[in-house]
Amino acid sequence: MDNTEKNKLEFETIAKYYGKKEVLKDVSGSIANRKITSLIGPNGAGKSTLLSIISRLIKQDGGTVSFLDKELSTYKGTDLAKKLSILKQSNHLDLRLTVRDLVSFGRFPYSKGKLGAFDEQKIDEAIAFSDLMNLQDTYIDELSGGQRQRAFISMIIAQDTDFILLDEPLNNLDMKHAVHVMKTLRRLVDELGKTVVIVIHEINFAAQYSDRIVALKDGNICYDDETAKVIDPVVLKDIFDIEFDIIERNDKKICNYFNL
Amino acid sequence: MGAKFKFLIIVALLLLVGGSFILYGVELTNSYSIEKRSIRLLSMLVVGISVACSSVIFQTITANRILTPSIMGYEAVFILFQTLIVFLYGDKAFKVISQQENFFYAILFMLGFSLLLYFLLFGKNRRSMYYLLLTGMVLGTLFMTLSQFLHVLVDPNEFSIVQNFMFVSFAKMNTKLLSVAGITMLVALIYTGWNARYLDVMALGRDQAISLGVDYDKMVRRFLFVISLLVSVSTALVGPITFLGILVTNLTYELFRTRKHRFMLVISSLVACLTLILGQFLVEHILQFSTTVSIIINFMGGVYFMYLLWITRKRIS
Repeated sequence: MDNTEKNKLEFETIAKYYGKKEVLKDVSGSIANRKITSLIGPNGAGKSTLLSIISRLIKQDGGTVSFLDKELSTYKGTDLAKKLSILKQSNHLDLRLTVRDLVSFGRFPYSKGKLGAFDEQKIDEAIAFSDLMNLQDTYIDELSGGQRQRAFISMIIAQDTDFILLDEPLNNLDMKHAVHVMKTLRRLVDELGKTVVIVIHEINFAAQYSDRIVALKDGNICYDDETAKVIDPVVLKDIFDIEFDIIERNDKKICNYFNL
Repeated sequence: MGAKFKFLIIVALLLLVGGSFILYGVELTNSYSIEKRSIRLLSMLVVGISVACSSVIFQTITANRILTPSIMGYEAVFILFQTLIVFLYGDKAFKVISQQENFFYAILFMLGFSLLLYFLLFGKNRRSMYYLLLTGMVLGTLFMTLSQFLHVLVDPNEFSIVQNFMFVSFAKMNTKLLSVAGITMLVALIYTGWNARYLDVMALGRDQAISLGVDYDKMVRRFLFVISLLVSVSTALVGPITFLGILVTNLTYELFRTRKHRFMLVISSLVACLTLILGQFLVEHILQFSTTVSIIINFMGGVYFMYLLWITRKRIS
């Protein structure tokens, strides 16, 4: 891996207030290219807020986000949509769309609604990549939570952006679906060279699948390092205020934090 | 049943009902009646399309199936403006300014109201859609009460001028405005038709729309403008009738499993026209004007609304 390459998505002294409450306090850092970065931390630490700011969904009250050496807010919406996509927690939409319709939306930044042959090909690939061929004509509201989440991720894949940001993609998924989603994200990075950032609660998923971990606590980044270095009893205790027991097996670390 | 088949049935029904509305009980040689009825039919089409499109757009923006622009106080603003004019000029009101001018100013007023709502929602601190709705409801009530207060003050003769705007009536329709209103509607429709694909994306919600490169806030602002144009058209022609929107849009969603807005806008417009003409036909020829079309539509709409609540409740539990 080329470690000298400059990170494309950087943020500096980001501050954000909700009313008088300071959610992020001068947070700075950057997202490693072509890696999975997990944002972890206790509830209310500012993970989702940070993710929303670096993906332009909400505006910061201070600081700058720069993407490919340009201030994020100077990009045109459509241009940015070809480079950076964000998926928030799966919303309960009363959507009367088939899976294929939904995935087709991923091509909107390119096609503006008129799908060409290349768009159709990209849609096919995205559906195949997330293993949804059998479901592509099923309506979204008839899917299970896990299938629906995969359909949304498939839309993001069809959007074909280098940067993919996801806010708690494993929310409400059972273990099988969660593993499936994480493996899909892993393949996006390993096979297609994407950069993935996820907000995640289950520490073991972060430990198993991510390359880097950024930990937030009380609106500050307290750790930003390779996964192996953050998955450490002392570090994790500092972040979450509970005891951790790290079990190593086949070079993989598993965190036990139950009944300690 | 295929979507195409259902579509054709609705078109055929509309032609049938429209045709009978014009020709029922009239000699073909009676060009006076036929002309009168054609103008009424045309007005109903304009109103139907305006109501349907404004409701579909509004429901997409608010991501809610049981709202119409009337809940935001759009019609109340229109009525307040008319009341103010009559209050200021008295019964000379429409001698001082022409009906067309009045309509034009009313539209400006409505656009201003849209802008106000927009800044309340997207101003310095971003508020939720519920905040906007609450504001709209409160403002709507405020404007209604203000109007009522002014109604008490004005001369009864002057009040009768305002009254035309307050109660839905296709018999006393303001046909002088038909051409201006029709053009306004067309402008709004052309813009909407051109940008319907953005509505498709906006239906996914703000976050997803932005992720897909849509300038969400700008589009919301523009579509709120479109809504104020369309509501002006329908209110100026027949009075506050956007409640029809709930019935029409939901029938459309129920009949057709699609979220393509270009298609939905067309279908719901057809359904709205069909409902209006059918209702008016019943009122004129079957019920002999013993009731009004708004009562019929409200009755049907009310029953349907309860049904909607019922099935939604079942789906949730």
